[in-house]
Amino acid sequence: MIQQAFTDLWYGFGVALEPHNLFWCFIGVLIGNMVGVLPGMGPLATISILLPLTFGMKPVAAILMIAGVYYGAQYGGAICSILLNLPCHPPHAVTCLDGFPMTKQGKGGVALGVTVIGSFIGASWGITEMIFLAPLLVSVALQFGPAEVCSLMLLGLLAGSTLARGSPLKGVAMTVVGLLIGVIGSDIETGTPRLTFGLIGLTDGVEIVALALGLFGIAEFMTSINQTAAVDMKYSNVRFRDMRPSKAELKQAFPAMIRGTIIGSLCALIPGTGPTIASFVAYATEKKIAKNPERFGHGAIEGVACPEAATHSSVQGDFIPTMSLGIPGDAVMALLLGALIIQGIIPGPQLIKDHPDIFWGLIASFWIGNILLVILNVPMIGLWVKLLMIPYKYLYPSALFFVCIGVYSANNDMFQVGEVLVIGVVGYLLNLLGFHPAPILLGFVLGPRVEENFRRAMLISRGDLLTFVERPISAFFVALSVLLIAAQIYVWLRGRKGGSLIPDLPRGAAAMKPLEEAPVSAPAFSKQPAE
Amino acid sequence: MLRVFTRRRDFCAGALLMLLGGGVIVQARENSYGTLMHMGPGFFPTALGVILIFLGVLIAGSAFAPGEGEQQRILPEKPEWFGWGCILAGPILFIIGGEYGGMAPGTFLCVFVSALGDRTATLKNSFLLALGITVFGCALFHYVLHVPFPIIRGVNL
Repeated sequence: MIQQAFTDLWYGFGVALEPHNLFWCFIGVLIGNMVGVLPGMGPLATISILLPLTFGMKPVAAILMIAGVYYGAQYGGAICSILLNLPCHPPHAVTCLDGFPMTKQGKGGVALGVTVIGSFIGASWGITEMIFLAPLLVSVALQFGPAEVCSLMLLGLLAGSTLARGSPLKGVAMTVVGLLIGVIGSDIETGTPRLTFGLIGLTDGVEIVALALGLFGIAEFMTSINQTAAVDMKYSNVRFRDMRPSKAELKQAFPAMIRGTIIGSLCALIPGTGPTIASFVAYATEKKIAKNPERFGHGAIEGVACPEAATHSSVQGDFIPTMSLGIPGDAVMALLLGALIIQGIIPGPQLIKDHPDIFWGLIASFWIGNILLVILNVPMIGLWVKLLMIPYKYLYPSALFFVCIGVYSANNDMFQVGEVLVIGVVGYLLNLLGFHPAPILLGFVLGPRVEENFRRAMLISRGDLLTFVERPISAFFVALSVLLIAAQIYVWLRGRKGGSLIPDLPRGAAAMKPLEEAPVSAPAFSKQPAE
Repeated sequence: MLRVFTRRRDFCAGALLMLLGGGVIVQARENSYGTLMHMGPGFFPTALGVILIFLGVLIAGSAFAPGEGEQQRILPEKPEWFGWGCILAGPILFIIGGEYGGMAPGTFLCVFVSALGDRTATLKNSFLLALGITVFGCALFHYVLHVPFPIIRGVNL
């Protein structure tokens, strides 16, 4: 098996090192790093804007670039957290707690250096995990019939909506809304228009670009406008030579990185728990096992190393269910699947066999991309810090233009610009009512496949709903789903306060203000007494 | 009844979901349900609509549940009506300007008006930003990426 993996990986490097693919991978990580640094722009909005531009590209190059934006943004996000104390990128919010105190002590460079090392270790492990685990998952998944696929998707959707941020009930509701938006358009079997309200522009369904840009573009701009605080740049003078940690610091940080890596890779295996949860769990664990936990919050180097390694390990691990089963764990992965579908590639267990160039090329590009990112981040840190100074008031009007032209160029259709506007307003309204928009995208991407497989399973079983519990693999997934719901109800009954695994992070507007001295996320950890 | 108003955000959220679910069910009546074995196009949306109503009832119901009665606001403390208006005017002007004028006027109007939404924005700054983005955007999307969208309608640039 190991030999096979190496042969495949070798082939993957051949694909990823083709000049054309290498170029787009580089562009992807560069843009990712850039938007990661910029306060107020996230990978989701960026990927949605870039999505229409990938239509004309070859599938491999398109996927390498989109993936590059995602993991590139994770490198950039840490800079924002450590130097400016801005938790604008959720997975790195927890890095602020110890990263910024380190900056105030004049050790911001060291914190960034440790972050880069930790990120690389975490990412490397995540990639290795993918190399061995994904083919294994595929060999199981190839035996799935429609009933199994359907229950697996149910599990994926439930996990994606209940384990994420905010109220689980509202998360599930948003998934259902996403499924409904997926229904809009022509019926797969009969072709009759459904829920189109008589609009011809909707017969082809809602465009994924319009949905993503409405929810993560326009709605986010509306949340963030006039909320940005003046950025305090006085600590952000970091040079290349400040970044090298001393031997003692490295010795202190290294075990934390390893622990973070393991936590991150475990979190990646549970569908729905993305990098954000991984980093919070990692920080809490690190604080719990530390000899003197009172150092945390005052610039403990482990408090930077552990969550950062966890984030990156989990980011790479996120690709495993997406690429091997076709079940996205979060909104970014849903977009990636959307890009695959647009390219005419059907995501699912057959992907590795039918398109080995995409799968193994992607894995090889992870290595290349991560090395590129280390090179980009270490000597060029001064440049990234300069980017932090771009004010939001210039950023959002420019981004708004990219939203409009991006969604127009997807189909050369003005109707869709109107679509994005309506979705943006609705998305903002949902935001105000305490709904998180990410599960909508999950439901939307999986919706048509859920329906198709459900109908097929019903046809095979002659309309017998029991088929989902009579087939053993399907029954296993259904049991897991029931367990998940039961666990949520249990958590809700036990502590009415916070049903969610992680605290409700400041988003949009609030996320663009520096964390107060008493960090916002402290209550999450105060529940676990620091022994 | 008072409790509704302390947690009215959840209540409104639930009510909205119920409304949405109901609307979907009414809309889906145009399509046939079929049977469980041979589902028609109306089956899946109707089922989702029912689930949505159920979830709406649960969420609205949780607004009445005993617990800490935190004051929930729906609108943010300082509503940014002007800023929101400017952001939403952006795409609208892009559509109007794009349909009748072309890419350049659409882009300029979109960026210029939406930039005014920031409290510290000045006319001059917004104008310069809009001009810069228009030049850059037209160069990128028209000449490099060849998006079929004339820069100015009727003029061959």
